[in-house]
Amino acid sequence: MKHTISVLLQNKPGVLSRVTGLFSGRGFNIESLCVAETLEPGVSCLTVVSRGDEAVIEQITKQLHKLIDVIKVTDISDHEYVEREMVLIRVKAESHTRAEVLRVIDIFRGKVVDVSAKSYAVEVTGPASKIQAVIDILRPIGIKEIVRTGTIAMARAPKTK
Amino acid sequence: MGKMSGAQAIVKCLKEEGVKIIFGYPGGAVIDLYDALMDSDIVNVLVRHEQGAVHAADGLARVTGEVGVALLTSGPGATNGVTGIATAYLDSIPMVVLTGQVPRALIGNDAFQEVDIVGISRPCTKHNYLVNKIEDLIPTIREAFHVARSGRPGPVLVDLPKDLVASQLSYPEKQDIKMSSYQPTYKPHPVQIEKACKKIMKARKPVLYVGGGVILSDASKELTELAIKLNIPVTMTLMGLGAFPGSHELSMGMLGMHGTYTANMAVAECDLLIAVGARFDDRVTGKLADFATNAEIIHIDIDPTSISKNVKVDVPIVSDCKNALAALNIWFDTKSGIDLVEEANRHKPWFDTIRDWTEKHPLYYKDDSSVIKPQYVIETLHKHTGGKAIITTEVGQNQMWAAQFYKFDYQRHFVTSGGLGTMGFGLPAAIGAQMAFPDKTVIDIAGDGSIQMNIQELATAKQYNCPVKIAILNNSYLGMVRQWQELFYEKRYASTTMDVAPDFVALARAYGAVGLRATTKDEVEPVIKEALATDNIVIMDFKIEKEEGVYPMVPAGKANTEMLLV
Ligand SMILES: Cc1ncc(C[n+]2csc(CCOP(=O)(O)OP(=O)(O)O)c2C)c(N)n1
Ligand SMILES: [Mg+2]
Repeated sequence: MKHTISVLLQNKPGVLSRVTGLFSGRGFNIESLCVAETLEPGVSCLTVVSRGDEAVIEQITKQLHKLIDVIKVTDISDHEYVEREMVLIRVKAESHTRAEVLRVIDIFRGKVVDVSAKSYAVEVTGPASKIQAVIDILRPIGIKEIVRTGTIAMARAPKTK
Repeated sequence: MGKMSGAQAIVKCLKEEGVKIIFGYPGGAVIDLYDALMDSDIVNVLVRHEQGAVHAADGLARVTGEVGVALLTSGPGATNGVTGIATAYLDSIPMVVLTGQVPRALIGNDAFQEVDIVGISRPCTKHNYLVNKIEDLIPTIREAFHVARSGRPGPVLVDLPKDLVASQLSYPEKQDIKMSSYQPTYKPHPVQIEKACKKIMKARKPVLYVGGGVILSDASKELTELAIKLNIPVTMTLMGLGAFPGSHELSMGMLGMHGTYTANMAVAECDLLIAVGARFDDRVTGKLADFATNAEIIHIDIDPTSISKNVKVDVPIVSDCKNALAALNIWFDTKSGIDLVEEANRHKPWFDTIRDWTEKHPLYYKDDSSVIKPQYVIETLHKHTGGKAIITTEVGQNQMWAAQFYKFDYQRHFVTSGGLGTMGFGLPAAIGAQMAFPDKTVIDIAGDGSIQMNIQELATAKQYNCPVKIAILNNSYLGMVRQWQELFYEKRYASTTMDVAPDFVALARAYGAVGLRATTKDEVEPVIKEALATDNIVIMDFKIEKEEGVYPMVPAGKANTEMLLV
């Protein structure tokens, strides 16, 4: 099962190595990993997507929590949540495919962010499944380069009636 | 307050933390610290190899429960210490390792004697720090001690750039340590205690399975009270030996790969396993699928990652062992409607089964008056020390025979590298223990292979008047590996023969120690008596039966009930 785990940590030197070293040293898998500052100075939020059965995910969350610099660990997949990822794709866009690329990007609510004679660079945002879909559709047209951010996620606010 | 150097401040801070002895080895990056130590009454033990310094600090920590301290220079000094740090990490030993580092301006430049020791030691420390700012220096060292000794203890490394240690600072007032991201759980949840007690009330065939956590939290008394009150048999891991008196009738001895027949059978048949401060290590469980299959499991541990890591647990209790055991005791003492005598009696048939197992298959070796049996040496050491010596061990057969045949009645008397299994641990650890308790008898039970891994520490023992006794169970083999080759590799003794070895008696003399040798059984007792009466370091070289094995033995990957017996 895929799990999205959100980790609040002290932004100290080496803290990222502690997290990645934990995953590699214990044979846990990392599908993606994103980290950036939060509103609170000195505190960062790290989102890691991993796969494993219940026991493995339980160990991952406990081991993360055991790191001295880690403040809070939440398995977001236990909650209702939104996840987003952004991808930049440089896709071939020659005279006969330019219109097609634009149409596809429009369907996925993407944007063209860079144009050249032979290619477009486009930006698409969405859950990982949508990112995968746009890649699959553009692939036959000719993808020259892609860069993905990895997933970030946030639990949904509790619904009030 | 007046200014002082970083080095002076560190020494002052060490004093505040209660440090009396440190073990270390100097070098360019720590000259300032050594200089400042000269003006302090902290005993500064100069070892002969940095691995020895860390093991000695570790040995001191294990026998006293205090934080051991080692001081190493940058580069090779620090890397030499890594095996010692990993050894302490795997056994959760509280320790602070101070390492010198090149000046801040040179970090990252491949400077002379620069290594990224914080990076190297990251996976084998509980936590580590590189101090970057002078105002962080003392708070970081204080935090290091706090982290090392609290929660599940462990080694903490602090890397100290030379320029920082040499610069001036005003000493900061001592403050309470607040760490928002680190708050170990010390008290058990009452709901979990209640659940555990109800399971204990229902059990017909309970077993207490006890590990090093009980000793780390000084919970021997609470454990012993609970076991005796409810008449529950106890088995201990290698790290747990001494937590419950080994000579008590409820003690089944050690479990696992070289555990007793009784302990392994009892765990296989029990209906309730109460794990306290133990972590279901593979050397303990054998084949996991067959481990304690009939039992519900209660697990007390301060480290949540230990719970349900290898074996699914029914009642997890995250807590310091001492507090949790005390809570169980109080529950049984105060809950109305509980007849303790009845509780204890309920386990009588179970206890009878256990006694039958022990009668049928006690710990056993075939004694033979024409050779020296290692087990006989250990029994004789036990006899002449009244079971009161601090025993350290090396690793291999010597370690297992010590664990099996020296019946430990007291906690903090058995000092052994359990998790990492580090050959070369026993002698420096014995020095650390002897420095902490100058009046106690401290014996390193050694193998002929292991003792050569840190033999240079004999000079340290000599310099600081540590009259440690070393009993080499000399089989001229890397015996434990040879035993595996005998049993599972068709007796192909690849690289395990150690026929070329020093004359240990002459070697002892070369270091100013006393060397004694026994080649026949009747020489064993006189050698031990003479050694114990000698106020100097003694190496006892026991030429034991070369191909003696450690039994019982559970072959790796087999169920614990599939023991090979003598
Ligand atoms: C540093 C280190 N290297 C290798 C090993 C693997 N090993 C485990 S036991 C053993 C043999 C130890 O021989 P000796 O000290 O003579 O003890 P014996 O088993 O003969 O009592 C070896 C090589 C180890 N545990 N530690
Ligand atoms: Mg040997």
